[in-house]
Amino acid sequence: MKDMLDYLGIKSVDELFDEIPSEAKSSLNLPGPMDDMEVEARIKKILDKNISFFDMPSFLPIIKAHYIPPVVDEIVSRQEFYTSYTPYQPEASQGILQAMFEYQSVIAELTGMDVANVSMYDSATALGEAALMAHRINRKKKIVIPRNIFWHKKSVLANYVKRAGMEIVEVDYGEDGRMVLDFDGQDVAAIYVENPNFFGLIDKRYGEIEEIKERMDAMLIAGIDPLSLSIFNPPSHYGADIVIGDGYLGNPMNFGGPLLGIFACRREFVRQMPGKIVGATVDSNGKRAFCMTLQTREQHIRRGRATSNICSNQALCCIAFLAYVAAMGSNGLRKVALKNMENARYMAEGMKKIGFDMPFDGEFFNEFVVSAPKNMEEINDKLLSQGIQMGLPINEFVENGILMGVTEMHTKEMMDGALEKIRHLMEGEE
Amino acid sequence: MMAKYDEPLLIEIEGEESIIPEGVERKSLNIPNLSEREVMKHFLHLSQMNYGVDTGFYPLGSCTMKYNMKLLERVARYEKALYTHPLQHEKSVQGSMEIMYHLERLLCEITGMDAFTLQPCAGAHGEFTGMLIARAYFESIGEGETRREVIVPDSAHGTNPASARMAGFEVVEIPSKEGRVDMDALRHVLSERTAAFMLTNPNTLGIFEREILEISREVKKVGALLYYDGANLNAIMGKTKPGIMGFDIVHVNLHKTFGTPHGGGGPGSGPVGVKRHLEKFLPVPRIEKKDGEYHFNYDLPHSIGKVSEFYGNFAVLLKAYAYILKKGKELERVTERAVLNANYLMKKLREAGYNVPHPGRRMHEFVISLSDIKEKGLRAMDVAKRLLDYGFHPPTVYFPLIVDEAFMVEPTEDETRESMDAFVDAMKKIREEDVEIVKNAPHTMPVARVNEAKAVKEPILTWKDIVVE
Repeated sequence: MKDMLDYLGIKSVDELFDEIPSEAKSSLNLPGPMDDMEVEARIKKILDKNISFFDMPSFLPIIKAHYIPPVVDEIVSRQEFYTSYTPYQPEASQGILQAMFEYQSVIAELTGMDVANVSMYDSATALGEAALMAHRINRKKKIVIPRNIFWHKKSVLANYVKRAGMEIVEVDYGEDGRMVLDFDGQDVAAIYVENPNFFGLIDKRYGEIEEIKERMDAMLIAGIDPLSLSIFNPPSHYGADIVIGDGYLGNPMNFGGPLLGIFACRREFVRQMPGKIVGATVDSNGKRAFCMTLQTREQHIRRGRATSNICSNQALCCIAFLAYVAAMGSNGLRKVALKNMENARYMAEGMKKIGFDMPFDGEFFNEFVVSAPKNMEEINDKLLSQGIQMGLPINEFVENGILMGVTEMHTKEMMDGALEKIRHLMEGEE
Repeated sequence: MMAKYDEPLLIEIEGEESIIPEGVERKSLNIPNLSEREVMKHFLHLSQMNYGVDTGFYPLGSCTMKYNMKLLERVARYEKALYTHPLQHEKSVQGSMEIMYHLERLLCEITGMDAFTLQPCAGAHGEFTGMLIARAYFESIGEGETRREVIVPDSAHGTNPASARMAGFEVVEIPSKEGRVDMDALRHVLSERTAAFMLTNPNTLGIFEREILEISREVKKVGALLYYDGANLNAIMGKTKPGIMGFDIVHVNLHKTFGTPHGGGGPGSGPVGVKRHLEKFLPVPRIEKKDGEYHFNYDLPHSIGKVSEFYGNFAVLLKAYAYILKKGKELERVTERAVLNANYLMKKLREAGYNVPHPGRRMHEFVISLSDIKEKGLRAMDVAKRLLDYGFHPPTVYFPLIVDEAFMVEPTEDETRESMDAFVDAMKKIREEDVEIVKNAPHTMPVARVNEAKAVKEPILTWKDIVVE
């Protein structure tokens, strides 16, 4: 260091900071430093206060535990992927660019859309961006959403659209738990439908959904579950223009982040899309090559006029998603999806047997609503102390309602054990 | 140095047949069924055609491509971090909440702010959050209708004006003078219509805005807020703090300053800090500590609400926490070394004949202008591509926009003098090389110069567009 200082002709490193006004100088009041072993021990000790899915079966919905094949971990642990920056120099980034192109292809295949970007932060911000995109395309003001969407998502959506002068209109659901589709309205930029919806229900009113979209002359935004799309028809079957969702495949829950906001659309709208897009092209020898493309949509070029401010995204989560899909193949995806349905049905039947109601009829994927015969608050607390995390209370929609999530990770023993404890506590309360 | 493969697309690799089991409605799903062996080989090959920070020198200006300590990857792989659900009962996630609570406090100490939210998932997301807070603040004091302008310097990151626009503001750009904020231009546009002035300090030229206290006074005089874009925080840790310089809102990039990896574009994390008078507008939930237990408080009527689905990119927060624990008060040494490296490298390149506009000191990065090579028929991008042949990732090119043929160099604290000297040698050699060699570079990469124009003109965006079935 001394010879570098000498080279610069300065006596001490402090001189490098002499442009900072003396009134603005400060120092740091921090502990440490620590060595690796101490940091690991400290963090492990803190995290040991958590109870993970493996210590406590959880039936929480929305983001759920799924099995991640070891090959996925191995792939995303390659430093060439995880330490690299956004691939602005394509010749040194062909690997991740090709993987991103493949990710876009897989999302397009699953959703039935023509193009996908390389992620938004999560499905909530993806919904916000989708609403803004619809507004840019048709200049209309309203975004129609089902009343029953996750309240966090609604709050994020509001932050994205209200500053653009857009208005959120909520539509109620019918007795079957599905969005009412005969509403009226004007100036509707987009209609947002979820399939499966917040109650876990599959919607097969393909014709009706497309019809209302056409009647409103609006864009259709579909919120999807990517695993379910391996066995159910994609939203292209009911006229979706933009598709969003949480791309949890290959990505652990991580206390809710990072997530992956899937964002796909029809080709005609690609120039209004937010985020990074990778395209295939050739190099100067005519060999196949990949690069980021349509960048004039983006903030580093268009600045204040960009389609979005997004710069950093969730790229590595896209690689994990792609690696998962590659490892499973269409056969593996379908097997897992069917196992999710089977397990969810097993748990739902079990809940019915011990006195819970299912307020909504019809097909569901891996989430479902039950209503308890009485208030569950105390019982939930007791269950927690016995090592069971129940589903999400949704009393604002269903009296004593609980939204449950079940995946391939829920073994029969796990579910039987939980059902037995729930039954026991319910009876004990009487 | 990097491998070259004609790696097929996943869909072009031969796999097993697709079967449609009972109970499946969707009949066609064109995703290949490959053995794990084929999958691993495919992605290994792809990774070998990608340049990472561990591969070599990565002086990408503005991006702070420091070495990502393996310790961070280790702690982020603990099962109790990976397999906790965001809606679990608070009692069962006290560990994650404690880490977030502590990290907020550490960031307050480093930046001189009073309160932090960890919810924004990236720097630009943090800017958007900060701008929403500014909107909410002015609405709360009855100035929501009048405070419609956000000022940014012409050297600002593109995200600044884009974020301000997304939050419903009009953007006013001011020119720079000798690489710094032009005080007269700033005074000229400041008014009762100004909501905020967005600034990064040091700025994108790597120059410290030494009139920052005067800037702060002028901004406050008209009742506006001063916003700190934390992209360049690596230059000032332990030396000064945005809070002391007079900034009201700050975002920091954990994936830059705090050593978490960039992941090929993300996930990052862009926590936002504010001064006390803006705390009540921060997103919900806030983490509070009561009787030794951590709680999520959603009941905050002035809050802007939520900006992402849960609490932000927790895994990234955890890595940044490990980074700060590990470095501790030595963060000041990080800054010193980063600034020393940048000034060393700048002087070396100046002596090698490269033009660094504006004399004087730089902080953690500097910008070269390669405008003189235009007479040889070359562009900055040609030099960038040629650097790849020498084993270096090139600096950021064509940014900031106010420098002609810009080459933005940020060596970070982790580079040795030897690797910087080798970079200078390569830059010297490229100057002397045959123009055609430079113009047609790179020559040693997995592919030759990529035709980006064609990718725009004829967009091929999925394998459906190229694979004929």
